[in-house]
Amino acid sequence: MLAGGCLFGYGLALSGMTRPEVVLDFLTFRDLGLMLVMAGAIALTATAFWLGPRLLARPPCGEFERPRAGLRASTVIGAALFGLGWGLAGICPGAMLASLGTGNGPILLGIAGTFLGAYLQGRFAPEE
Amino acid sequence: MNPFPNGWWPYLAGGLLVGAGTGLIFLVTGLRAGASSVFTTTWSWLSAHEYFQRPAFRTARVWRLVFSLGLIAGAAAYQVRVGEVFVTEVAPWRLLVGGLLVGFGTRLSRGCTSGHGICGLAAGSRPSLVAVLTFMGVAIVVAQLLRAAGVTP
Repeated sequence: MLAGGCLFGYGLALSGMTRPEVVLDFLTFRDLGLMLVMAGAIALTATAFWLGPRLLARPPCGEFERPRAGLRASTVIGAALFGLGWGLAGICPGAMLASLGTGNGPILLGIAGTFLGAYLQGRFAPEE
Repeated sequence: MNPFPNGWWPYLAGGLLVGAGTGLIFLVTGLRAGASSVFTTTWSWLSAHEYFQRPAFRTARVWRLVFSLGLIAGAAAYQVRVGEVFVTEVAPWRLLVGGLLVGFGTRLSRGCTSGHGICGLAAGSRPSLVAVLTFMGVAIVVAQLLRAAGVTP
C-alpha cells in the first residue's frame, strides 16, 4: 500500500499534476498533458483490473473488491461541485496530498479546505 | 498550436507510474485506491458522529492514511531528486475555497480524479464516466471564465 502510494505520488510529481498551475493550463487548453497522464494511468490500471481476477483466485492480501455500481443524483451533483473547486484552484485530492510532498506549503490551505468540505458533506449531506 | 508545449514524455511516464501504483495495490490487496476517501475516513478518529463511525470508514481508515502518506513520500522523493522545492502562486483564497468544494463534492460524488477518473474509467464504470464528464466540463468552464475575468494567479 505504501509502495503503491509512493509510485502514485512520484508519478503525480513527475507529470506536474502536483502543480495547480499545470492543471489550470490544461483546463484552459494551454497544455493538454493531463490527458496523457490519464491515458497512461487508465491503461495500466485497466490491465491490472482485467488480469488480476483472471490470474489469481484471490490477491495475497484480501479479496478483489467489486466496484460500487449505480448512478445517483448525488454522483452528478457532487461531481459538479468538485468541478467548481477543481476549476477554481486546480487541485484534486490525490494531487494536493502529493503536492505537500513537493514542499508546497500553501497547499495546506487546500488540504484544510478539503477536510472541512468532507466533514460538512458527512454531517449535512450523508450518502448511502 | 502545440497541444504539448512542455513535451509529452513526463506526462505519459508520470501517468504510467500512477497506473503502476493503483495496479500494484489492486493485484496485492484487491482494493481500488482512490484518493478522496481519506478526507472522510480520517474523521472517524476525530468525530463521534454516526456518519464517520460507519464500519466501512473505520475499517478502511488505516490503509487510506498509509496510501496518502505514500503519495506524499513518493512526491517528496521526486522533489529531492530534482533538488528544488515547488511553491504554488495560485492565490490562497482560491486554494481554500476550492478545497472546500473539492472535499464536499468528491465525497458526495463518492470519487474524484483517481476514484472515478482512473479506477472508475479503468473498470468501465458508467456512473464514473458521467461523473468525469461532469467535473471536467464544469472545471473547464470555471477555469476559462476566471482566466477571461483576469483572475491570475
